[in-house]
Amino acid sequence: MWQNVRTRRLASIVVCAIAAVATLACEPSYFEIPIETPIRPKLDLSAFQRVLIAGFVSGGNEEVDANQETARLLRSQLRTKSSLKVIDADILPLAEIAQTQSKAAAEPRDGDTGGPQPLPSPIKSERDIDQYERLFANTAYWKQLGEEYENPLIVTGTVLFMERSSSAVVNRQVERLDAFGRRRVDQESGFAERKGFVLRPKLMFIDGRTGALIDTEISKEEIMYSAQQNMPALSSYFELMDRVIPGFLSTLSSQKIRGTRTLLH
Amino acid sequence: MPCQDESQVAIVEFIDAMVKISRALPAVAIIALVSTALVAAADPHTDARAQVMFGNNVAQRGLWREAIYRWEKAVEIDPTYAAAYNNLAIGYEHEGEFGKADRAYQKAMTLEPKNQQIRQNYEQFKEINDRVAERANP
Repeated sequence: MWQNVRTRRLASIVVCAIAAVATLACEPSYFEIPIETPIRPKLDLSAFQRVLIAGFVSGGNEEVDANQETARLLRSQLRTKSSLKVIDADILPLAEIAQTQSKAAAEPRDGDTGGPQPLPSPIKSERDIDQYERLFANTAYWKQLGEEYENPLIVTGTVLFMERSSSAVVNRQVERLDAFGRRRVDQESGFAERKGFVLRPKLMFIDGRTGALIDTEISKEEIMYSAQQNMPALSSYFELMDRVIPGFLSTLSSQKIRGTRTLLH
Repeated sequence: MPCQDESQVAIVEFIDAMVKISRALPAVAIIALVSTALVAAADPHTDARAQVMFGNNVAQRGLWREAIYRWEKAVEIDPTYAAAYNNLAIGYEHEGEFGKADRAYQKAMTLEPKNQQIRQNYEQFKEINDRVAERANP
């Protein structure tokens, strides 16, 4: 009786072993595995624990306050997708600050005929906004701001959000009836009026300890609609910012790219 | 009836021998399997393959460091094992060690230039690697 039980147990072990060997032998020689490839941030931010989105010099479309909207959007993105602590501070009216600084610099001193030209206001073009960039070279100003907030990384820059219209060749499908009354679809090309928006953010990263510019990220995004479509400026702004944000985040925080690879054996 | 008695004894002895053999069969099978495994263990490719299989298994459970350790052992045992280099490259890629991943993929492709799966893995890796390099040196 005992021997019988032992024999059965042995037999079942052998069957399992053979099954295992057979399974291994029949296993496919490859299989896909999901992987997450980590991408390190572009900037080495090990010296910073906090980030101040100070504000932006903005211009172009008057329906959207690009300074307020950009600062709010970048803050909310960094709060959820970065290890840096986002400082909750008032958004600075940088265009006004730049104008004040410019006026102070333009005042003639003894024997001096005057400083730089006054800054254009309102800002309507790339040329206008680029003149404000001297503000970002004022290391004393940024150093003082950094001291105020205990030496964080400062994110600032310029944001130009402009309307744009153009005419372009578009292909259309036109339905026609032929001589026998049959429906026919023809391709027709012609000029069509289009309108849309251009977003040109120039994001600048400043070391709050020294006031020095560390890095600048420039991008330009455009979205066009048919002239009949009435698209609100704010929704176009957010649509364009959606394209800019991945690049901004990859500068400040590590990211993971999901994919699949094939493991072999 | 002595003759009938003898044949009966012979039959009983035969049945007894058969029962003994049948009892010994599982043990014989196990010995055969163990000896096969021992023979296999002596073969470096089989040993490397065992390391790769183990690495694959733990990688599927998310234990990538352990998987890398196994695949590193596999290429140490058998430096001509393209699959092990391929898997090692994937492991390095997962850990963000792009330089090591690139070298491991290159080695795998040198060993098996016609392997489409290795090539496809490398193409996907290269796309990310190029993007990272471009960002570092615009």
